[in-house]
Amino acid sequence: MSNHLIKGNTAIVIGAMYAGCDCFFGYPITPASEILHEASKYFPMVGRNFVQAESEEASINMVYGASGTGHRVMTSSSGPGISLMQEGFTFLAGAELPAVIVDIMRAGPGLGNIGPEQGDYNQIVKGGGHGNYKNIVLAPNSVQEMCDLTMKAFELADKWRNPVVVLADGTLGQMAEPLVFPEKAIEPNDKDWVVKGNKNTMDNLITSIFNDFNDLEDFNYKLQEKYAKIDAEEVILEEYQVEDAEIILVSYGISSRISRSAVDKSRENGIKVGLLRPITLSPFPVDRIKELSEKGVSFISVEMSNGQLLEDVQFAALRKENTYLVNRMGGNLIELKNVLAKIYEIAGFEDENIDTERSEEKASQNIID
Amino acid sequence: MSEQELNNKDYELQIRRNPQSLLEEYPRKGTNIQSTHYCAGCGHGIIHKLIAECMDELGIQERCVMISPVGCSVYAYFYFNCGNFQTAHGRAPAVATGISRAEDNAIVMSYQGDGDLASIGLNETLQAANRGEKIAVFFINNTVYGMTGGQMAPTTLIGEKTVTCQTGRDPNYTGHPTHMCELINTLKAPVYIERVSLANPLKIRLAKFAIKQALTVQKEGKGYSFIEILSPCPTNLKQDVTSAQKFIEEQMEKEFPVKNFRNDLYKREPIQRPASDFSTESLDKIFNVNRSGDSGYVDDDINPLSIKVSGFGGQGVLSAGLTIAQAACAEGKHVSWYPSYGPEQRGGKSNCSVVISNETIGTPVVDDIDILIALNKPSLEQFSKDVKDGGVILYDAKIGEFETDKDVKVIAMPCVDIAEEHGNARTANTALLGALTELGDVLKRESYENAIREMFASKPKVIDVNIEVLKAGAEWIKNNS
Repeated sequence: MSNHLIKGNTAIVIGAMYAGCDCFFGYPITPASEILHEASKYFPMVGRNFVQAESEEASINMVYGASGTGHRVMTSSSGPGISLMQEGFTFLAGAELPAVIVDIMRAGPGLGNIGPEQGDYNQIVKGGGHGNYKNIVLAPNSVQEMCDLTMKAFELADKWRNPVVVLADGTLGQMAEPLVFPEKAIEPNDKDWVVKGNKNTMDNLITSIFNDFNDLEDFNYKLQEKYAKIDAEEVILEEYQVEDAEIILVSYGISSRISRSAVDKSRENGIKVGLLRPITLSPFPVDRIKELSEKGVSFISVEMSNGQLLEDVQFAALRKENTYLVNRMGGNLIELKNVLAKIYEIAGFEDENIDTERSEEKASQNIID
Repeated sequence: MSEQELNNKDYELQIRRNPQSLLEEYPRKGTNIQSTHYCAGCGHGIIHKLIAECMDELGIQERCVMISPVGCSVYAYFYFNCGNFQTAHGRAPAVATGISRAEDNAIVMSYQGDGDLASIGLNETLQAANRGEKIAVFFINNTVYGMTGGQMAPTTLIGEKTVTCQTGRDPNYTGHPTHMCELINTLKAPVYIERVSLANPLKIRLAKFAIKQALTVQKEGKGYSFIEILSPCPTNLKQDVTSAQKFIEEQMEKEFPVKNFRNDLYKREPIQRPASDFSTESLDKIFNVNRSGDSGYVDDDINPLSIKVSGFGGQGVLSAGLTIAQAACAEGKHVSWYPSYGPEQRGGKSNCSVVISNETIGTPVVDDIDILIALNKPSLEQFSKDVKDGGVILYDAKIGEFETDKDVKVIAMPCVDIAEEHGNARTANTALLGALTELGDVLKRESYENAIREMFASKPKVIDVNIEVLKAGAEWIKNNS
């Protein structure tokens, strides 16, 4: 089987379909729209359901309905649409419904622009809707992972009866890379808590209402126990050259690709740099970061947001000292030299060739003209 | 007791007993499980019973899924003896869509009040109706918000007093009552639309008939049905039994005519939806996956190569980059292709980065360029600055003279002429690719040819022309460098 050259957004649809997802509901938004296009093309080819919803609010509520029947369901969007979906996220979490939501992040706040950014971190990782809930969050950094982690997302959603977000950005959605297809397609198992409109399930109820204050408090405790178990069992991370590193870059998604290049480049100059890439952002690899923190390493959070990831790194490291931020926002990709400059500064390494001036029209130019 | 008396007793029991589709007791309610949470004189109890009777009579109880909204009927799931969903405010038609699409055999009912359906959920309501979803919507119109404490609703009558229009609804400030049946009747898809009233026992009988028709549409899988029910809310409207009845008959029915708006039950055919196919074979077929042969990456020892292709949108910039990436992919190389995205298809500037390597690729965006292919002047000027020492700039000769003080090889190629000679001007990008096959020794020419075949698989006519131009481009560079 040869590799296929596939766009990141298409890889999401491939992963979903091999995972047995048979209901897709979505609304157009750049740079996530190709997911919608491809789903509208491929889902009906194998008798699966695709609906272009009237809004993101409708999409996420269609997801709520189809999920309650036990089917594997998903939607996709980008920042402004994800903000609209937050009502649905908390209802899914409150009714303990499994669902996969893909966020192909763009630059904000507001309408911002369609360039890549990672500014949705807090709204996705910390909740975003009302109430004491959390999403499980997976952060791919390649087209292969766009597919593989979407499959994984369905598995985790069912296992924990919780919404799972695949958090990527415009770059990952738009780029193409070779994809090794999933080994086989999954036919999802039946679930016993669902409402399908048949005799076996007619006593079931999908709801997030608990009228009794103590009942709701108990439910909240139960949720927290679930999240604690998820924290204990589901952390996934990748380490690159971390073992002897004195400076550790913490980075996810497309930023981690650039960080990896920065590790290689720095090591050529004899600087001991490593990369810790959280693949699950929720649960966050708190323990590993704490362990490394105790060894006294410096951390650099490399992110396309305003230090949202850095805060979690500092929280896990139990210190703010020797933690640094390298970031870009507004649709600009982080450039290798941005990361190198900070590494060299910390390591006391001189490289006069490095020019950290902001370049014009580098990463994602020509958005308007 | 005489036989007559016994029969009367049975009859009485039968009347008093809940239909099977309503529970006898309401354990989900927690306390007072033998009575509902509705106020005295409320219409919900009557409507619940009518719906449940119809479910019994049609024999569809097991197939039914009831959706409780936000509003007084938020707890409808206390009472209905069938599958139940509770949803967010106004979203019931979207949730119903999800359920119905996933489970084609389910009979999905959405039960909504005027605030829920006609205000916060108006979009979902109209869109689900317009799609002709297989759902029955029961719209309880009592001209007022109930659960939240008597605020003005979209259906509040002109002059009617509520806590948010305390001197009576004034159309100059709050508009006019919303007519939902009339709105929905402007759409083509709905099968059954009727407005009924609970003003008196006769009208209640007629309401039941409409509800049964709406559920028959569902039983037969024919599409969307909508029943608006004019219903009393004596608590929030501060009415007694007589005035509540009078209010419905003399005021509501005047504003909201009670009638059938559409009955296409016998004209429509059932909507068939296919079953999902979960087989690996079917998916492999639609994605052209061939599972025989080797898989994965080939471990060739190559130097990483960064290529930037740039020009105007419509010059085939992105597809040229994709062709390179496709060729690399087919050879088992690590490769990434990253386009500038957005409205390039509308004729703006366009570029893409291709990185080819024998190991995992770091950044997919090319900042240090090994080979720049430029199809227009602005991009040539912009990106030539980023070409590495020892790199190559390959550009359309029509751009004119170009000089750089960098240590790079600059090639002006008459790609449009070559393209026109061997094919057509639109293949100029392919002529440049032809040159690339000779410039770098990273990829084989046949890989490019195969990539072209794959890229244009849906347009076979274009394949031969492009391969011809590719060869011509390669010949040109051999003779001119």
